[in-house]
Amino acid sequence: MTTTTAGTKRPDPGKAKGKASGKDVQGTGRLAAILLSPTLIVLALVVGYPIIKALHDSLYQQGQGLDANGFVVKGDKFVGLKNYTAIFSGDNGTAFWNAFWNTSFFTVTTVIIETILGVTMAMVMHKAFKGRGFVRASILIPWAIPTAVSALLWKWIFQSDGVANAVIGTKVLWTTEGFHAKLAVIIADTWKTAPLIGLLVLAGLQTIPSEVYEAAKVDGASAAQTFWRITLPLIKPVLLIAVLFRLLDVLRMFDLPYVLIGDHKDSVETLSILAFNEAGSLRFGPAAAYATILFVYVALVAYAFVKLLGADVIGQMRSGSKAAPAKKKEAPVRVRQEVAA
Amino acid sequence: MTAATAPRGGTGRRPVVRRVLPYVGIAIVALYCLAPFYWMCVSAFRRPEDQFSNAALPTNWSIKNFSAVFKPDVGFGRSLLNSLVVAGVTTILTLLVGTLTAYALARLDFKFKNAVLGLTIATSMFPGISLIIPLLKLFTNIGWINTYQAMILPSLSFILPLAVWNLTVFFRQLPFELEQAAMIDGCTRGQAFRKIIIPLAAPGVFTTAIIAFIAAWNEFIIALSMVNKKEMQTATVAVSKFTGAYGFDQPFGTQMAAGVIVTVPLVVAVLILQRRIIAGLTAGGVK
Repeated sequence: MTTTTAGTKRPDPGKAKGKASGKDVQGTGRLAAILLSPTLIVLALVVGYPIIKALHDSLYQQGQGLDANGFVVKGDKFVGLKNYTAIFSGDNGTAFWNAFWNTSFFTVTTVIIETILGVTMAMVMHKAFKGRGFVRASILIPWAIPTAVSALLWKWIFQSDGVANAVIGTKVLWTTEGFHAKLAVIIADTWKTAPLIGLLVLAGLQTIPSEVYEAAKVDGASAAQTFWRITLPLIKPVLLIAVLFRLLDVLRMFDLPYVLIGDHKDSVETLSILAFNEAGSLRFGPAAAYATILFVYVALVAYAFVKLLGADVIGQMRSGSKAAPAKKKEAPVRVRQEVAA
Repeated sequence: MTAATAPRGGTGRRPVVRRVLPYVGIAIVALYCLAPFYWMCVSAFRRPEDQFSNAALPTNWSIKNFSAVFKPDVGFGRSLLNSLVVAGVTTILTLLVGTLTAYALARLDFKFKNAVLGLTIATSMFPGISLIIPLLKLFTNIGWINTYQAMILPSLSFILPLAVWNLTVFFRQLPFELEQAAMIDGCTRGQAFRKIIIPLAAPGVFTTAIIAFIAAWNEFIIALSMVNKKEMQTATVAVSKFTGAYGFDQPFGTQMAAGVIVTVPLVVAVLILQRRIIAGLTAGGVK
């Protein structure tokens, strides 16, 4: 397999039946352009256009308004940064900062809990040889359940006379406003996504050769040392990518609090819900401003994460032509085989 | 959860405990994942009158909740059909477009390759609501609200990058020298592609199709925003908006039954294809 990936690049230029090599590269470029263009066009339409449009819309006031004489004015009016300044002041400001802190709070807490739980699960699964298939199947079930359905399921579990209160012997009204509502969202989110992190980390664990552990054992490393000095550094690349994806996913969280706790609930209102409600009441200008702020926030977090922790998102996706060490190429194949075994 | 670390302690002198602990750990993990799902299924099969019972098994099994889901005025059948259309078309479009791109990314060497890869990955990270708001305005203006295309096109924004990523990783691993061997044996390039590459690539494409379908089927915020007519709701939105078929505040029994109906096809697919799906999911993170 190693030779395959390395080898595919080489014969490529010579493919088109011995034409002059310069022309051939051109041909490859044109073929690539043809093959890539559908995806790029689709993404430009459904991602590029909306982002630019949101930026544009956020500078305008939409729809109908009354002019000085009380006549209805239709159409967009340029208002500059008014939509943005409106967000940060008065009642809007309170709502915005509340949603901002909720979003950030959920992001920090769920990502930390899910990472710890996911790594633990992966270690457990890695240790067991029998029953691995069963547990792997069960770990996919939370992932496969639609978030909206899982939110309903947890709403049912968290009913005042529901099973959660019965099991832990409390009488908490989980789905009403308050800190417990946040807790309910965190629990439900953790249930759904910690297993997925576990799955990704497990795949990372399986690429670590057992010799490394044997060597550590011979050198008398304790369990804790082995974990912090060997396991964690070796699964770091996988873990960082899993965490990055979780981070970006939870920053745009919508379905779970919306269905589990409800609309217009201060304790769990996220930026997505806030923007959604603005758009729902046809205030597209402010809604676009919220959307743009959320977009910038997500982009900043992603950028900071990649810069600070060095998550190499596309690193290993790069072509083999950059003389990537053979070992790096070997690893994925082994994962695939073990996963398939 | 101690099971995770305990067996690692290489010096442990309790072989029985060491052998048992991993299974205890496995049992805990499985319980964690399955218990809430189990509760949904059990609640769905209770009689509406003992909906609030907390017994582990229903004392009286009943399918009343399921028949409530399919009452004609609920229109849940139509919602399932809508979900099927939206998720199905999204998956097909994604594969048509994404396979070409992934093939180019995996096979060809060209300028801007990393830029294209980076761009594709970056687009999948954009918050959905930031895309939905401008599109909602656009679709309102051109009268696309309450149409399938208004749900399908925005769904492509996150499913297409996912598919391209998965497929690229899969295609990377294909033994392309087989294609050359076939050409040496007298196949044309087209024949070699058709007879060698397509059959080999099929499993990867199929896995990606399943993952894309599940992602599209589970989509919520787009379907919620783009549709305000009941007949056009997808199943996930419909379930969340159920109003009492039986006279409770919120018809949890009916909702659990509907949840089971929405989820069970996915769970069956996941159980049958778990190895492939795991390979596909981990392809994104571990390459």
